[in-house]
Amino acid sequence: MERIPILKMGDFLLVTIQVDMHDRLVMTLQDDLMEKISTCNSAGVLIDISALEIVDSFIGRMIANIAAMSRVLDAKTVVTGMQPAVAITLVELGLSLDGVMTALNVERGVKLLEKITRSESQYLDGTSAQELVDDNDHKS
Amino acid sequence: MITITRADTRPIQNQGDIVLVRKVVRDWALELQFSIVDQTKIITAASELARNAFEYGKGGTMKMEALLNGIRKGLRLTFEDQGPGIENMELALTDGYTTGGGLGMGLTGARRLVNEFDIKSTPGQGTTVTITKWK
Ligand SMILES: Nc1ncnc2c1ncn2[C@@H]1O[C@H](COP(=O)(O)OP(=O)(O)OP(=O)(O)O)[C@@H](O)[C@H]1O
Ligand SMILES: [Mg+2]
Repeated sequence: MERIPILKMGDFLLVTIQVDMHDRLVMTLQDDLMEKISTCNSAGVLIDISALEIVDSFIGRMIANIAAMSRVLDAKTVVTGMQPAVAITLVELGLSLDGVMTALNVERGVKLLEKITRSESQYLDGTSAQELVDDNDHKS
Repeated sequence: MITITRADTRPIQNQGDIVLVRKVVRDWALELQFSIVDQTKIITAASELARNAFEYGKGGTMKMEALLNGIRKGLRLTFEDQGPGIENMELALTDGYTTGGGLGMGLTGARRLVNEFDIKSTPGQGTTVTITKWK
């Protein structure tokens, strides 16, 4: 059966979506990711969608599901590389992708994941991950 | 006056056909020189309507028509199925309404992504959705 590969990079999992996926492949990816997060005890998931020309309600729902389910497994999800036209279309379609963090590219996504997963274990002073990210954006 | 410069019909009988719908709509939108944002919008709308025709309408077809209105180019897509039809159109056209465990954003979202949107459905006979995007 056709599958999207999931790479393990230290504490994180990386998925690069390079093909236009049919719906069953999307569901398989969602299931595979959930299983990998728990077996690898991953702290974060990075989904690179820079090659995706569209994100419709089905893929949008998968991304939101992955983010919600990884939260339950105590992992963070970052979506990277969303094309500007895709982002514009998503908003008009009416999908908000609440609670899904985004980054410009994989490199920045990894930095973001490192920062927020580290911050959770080190800074127990109540500073939220979002504040740390905002802080990061100003500096770069 | 609107003239049809090119027409074709594609099947929507399985999940692979939904992928092919996205691909062919992209090809036509490119040929009509749609902007990247307009391409993305019409492909996304087509993906939603093709999936509805497959999931709820038990499969159907997409008719494609390249249009010319004066110097203005457009793309009209008609999704037709002979499925169960839609009992309550007002509900179906409400953001978030779903009978299939989706997000309920397909129809309303597709409507927002195009210039013209028309839906006709007869319970027990089927559903036809027509969308047009002008360049
Ligand atoms: N071709 C169709 N035939 C019969 N019923 C339909 C058809 N298209 C849509 N519907 C009905 O209208 C409802 C709303 O459709 P819509 O596409 O907006 O949402 P959805 O498919 O349920 O979820 P989403 O598209 O967000 O994944 C569907 O749940 C279904 O009941
Ligand atoms: Mg739908």
